[in-house]
Amino acid sequence: MYVAVKGGEKAIDAALDLLARRRRGDDAVPELSVDQIDAQLSLAVDRVMTEGSLYDRQLGALAVKQARGDLVEAAFLLRAYRTTLPRFGFSEPLDTARMALARRISAAFKDLPGGQILGPTFDYTHRLLDFALLAEGRPSVTDVVRHAAGEVQPAMPRVTDLLADEGLIERDGDMTGAPADITRDPPHHPAPRDARLQALSRGDEGFLLALAYSTQRGYGGNHPFAGEIRYGEVAVHLHVEELGFAVDIGDIEATECQMINQFKGGGDVPPQFTRGYGLAFGHAERKAMSMALVDRALRAGEFGEEAASPAQDEEFVLSHCDNVDASGFVQHLKLPHYVDFQAELLAVRALRAAFQDKEAAQ
Amino acid sequence: MNDAGEPGYNFAYLDESTKRMIRRAILKAIAIPGYQVPFGSREMPLAYGWGTGGIQITAAVIGADDVLKVIDQGADDTTNAVSIRRFFARVAGVETTERTAEASIIQTRHRIPERRLSDGQILVYQVPIPEPLRFIEPRETETRKMHALVEYGAMHVKLYEDVAAHGRITTSYNYPVLVNGRYVMSPSPIPKFDNPKMDMMPALQLFGAGREKRIYAIPPYTPVKSLDFEDHPFSVERSDRPCALCGATDTFLDEIVADDRGGRIFVCSDSDRCGEQRDQVASGDGAAP
Repeated sequence: MYVAVKGGEKAIDAALDLLARRRRGDDAVPELSVDQIDAQLSLAVDRVMTEGSLYDRQLGALAVKQARGDLVEAAFLLRAYRTTLPRFGFSEPLDTARMALARRISAAFKDLPGGQILGPTFDYTHRLLDFALLAEGRPSVTDVVRHAAGEVQPAMPRVTDLLADEGLIERDGDMTGAPADITRDPPHHPAPRDARLQALSRGDEGFLLALAYSTQRGYGGNHPFAGEIRYGEVAVHLHVEELGFAVDIGDIEATECQMINQFKGGGDVPPQFTRGYGLAFGHAERKAMSMALVDRALRAGEFGEEAASPAQDEEFVLSHCDNVDASGFVQHLKLPHYVDFQAELLAVRALRAAFQDKEAAQ
Repeated sequence: MNDAGEPGYNFAYLDESTKRMIRRAILKAIAIPGYQVPFGSREMPLAYGWGTGGIQITAAVIGADDVLKVIDQGADDTTNAVSIRRFFARVAGVETTERTAEASIIQTRHRIPERRLSDGQILVYQVPIPEPLRFIEPRETETRKMHALVEYGAMHVKLYEDVAAHGRITTSYNYPVLVNGRYVMSPSPIPKFDNPKMDMMPALQLFGAGREKRIYAIPPYTPVKSLDFEDHPFSVERSDRPCALCGATDTFLDEIVADDRGGRIFVCSDSDRCGEQRDQVASGDGAAP
C-alpha cells in the first residue's frame, strides 16, 4: 500500500520522456524550427520576451517551442535563464522620438507632423477565418504590401512632446540617477514610479488588460485618450564608464503607448493633462495600452484622487501582476499537502467527537 | 569553479554575488530571530511556490563537503523532494542522503524530522506565505507596522474566535509561534505536532520564501513558544493508532486510504525514522514501543 507513493524518481523520468514526445507531436508532420516561430509566430515571441524580461528573439522562440506554445511557461523559461546572466548596468533612457517607425497613430489629433501610419495592424481586419492560409506555400501578399514592407518611416516627434512644448501636459518623469531594479531589490511600498513601471512592463498581459478594462468601466476611471501609440525600432545606448560616453549597442523593437489623461492643476500649478505610460518589447499594443492605463490609475495618490478601486491599489496590483509568481503559486497546490490535510482531519474528527458527546449528553 | 556540478553554471547554480546577498540576509535574520528580512529573491529554474526560497538558502549555504537531505511531507521519495535533491546533485555535485542523522543540511517542506536534530545541522524550510498575520491583514505595509509595534492583539483575537466557536483553538498546521519573546512567526505549514521541536532546537533553522522575497531564522537554542491562552494551553493532537509499518506511537502519521469501504492504514510521515525503527525491531535491539 505504502509502496504506491514510492518510485518518485522513475515517475519523474517517465514524465519528462512523455513530455518530450508530446512536444514533438506526430513524427509525420515536419518539426517546427525556431526560425519559423520567430518569423511566423512573432507576436508570441514578443510577449514572451516582454514578460520574460529578456530581449532575445532566438531564445524567445526557443522558449515558445520548448513550452509547446504555452506562453506563460515560455516566459518563465526565459526568466529562469535571464537570472543567471551578469548585469552590466543600465541603458540611457530610450529616445523613442527617434524610433524608426513601422506604425504610429494618435487618437487625439486628426493629423500631426509625420502623419498617421497604420502599419501592420489587426485593427481593420475583418475577423473572418482566412481559409486560404490552410493551403501552404502560397504567397498571399499583395504588391502594395510588398512595396511597403521594407519601408521604415523616419523619426517623428511624439504627440506628448508637442503638447508639453505648450505646457498642456506634464513633463516626462525625472530621469536622473540610477533607476530602481526590481530584479535585484525586494519590493517595498509605496514603490517609486520607475519600480512600478518595471513591474507592469513584465506583468501578465491578461491581468493588466482586465485591470485596465475595469478603469474604463468606472472602477477608478481616469478618462484616457490614446495620445500616441508607436511601434518600431529604437536604439539602445549604454554609458560605458571606461569611455566616458554612451555607445549604441543595438536596436530593439518596441511598442510605446502614451495615454493623455484628465487634467489636473490647482494651487500654483496651471491646469494640464497627465500621463499614463506603457512600453513593451516587440509589437504589443494591447499590453502597452493596458500598462499605460494601469500606470495612470496607480498615480491616483500623486494627484490627490480617491483610490478605492483595485487598479489604483499599488500593493494589490504589483503583488499580483507577475505571472511567473502567480502561475507557480496557484499550481503549487498540485504538490502533496497530505501532512497538513491529515492535521486538519485530526482536528475535524476531534471537533466532531466533541460535538457528538455534547449531543449525547443532552 | 565547478568541477562536480552542471557545466556552464556556478557551483550550486547561483552566482557568488547572489549567494553573498542571500548570506547577508541570513546573517541579519539570525541576528533578529523571527524577523522577516526582505531579500532580492531570484527566479529559479523551479517554479515559485515549489520551494525556491528554500532552494536559494540551500544554494547559498551549501559547500562541496556538505551532505544534503531533502524531504517533502516528511518523506525523501515524494516527487518534489526527488526533484530538488536531483537539482543539487546536478548543480553542486554534493553527496545526498536519506538519513536524517547523516545530513549536514536538511531542506524540508511541511515537516520537521522526528529524530532530534543536533548541533551543526541546518534545517531549511520552504515557506509559501511568510507573514503570520497575512490572513488577518493582507497589506504588507500594515503587517510590518504591526510587527514593529508588537501589535499582535489581532492574532490572539483570531485564536480566541476559535475558542468561542469550537471550544478550542482549531488551527492544526502553520500554527503561529513567538520567537525569543519578540516576533510572532509562521513556522511554515508544518503540523502543530511539530511545533514543540522548534523550541531550543540545537540545529540552525532557516526559512526561505522565494516568491514573497523573505528570509527568517531561528538560531540554535532559541525559545520558540506556540501562541495560546492560560486556560487553553497549546496542545498537540495525536493519532490513537500506532504506525502500521514500524509500530511507533510517538510520530506523526499519514493516513492512507486502503479501500472504498472506509479502510484506513496509518504510517509514519517521516520515512527515514520509520525505516530506522523497523530495522531496530528486526534486529531485536529496540522493542517496539
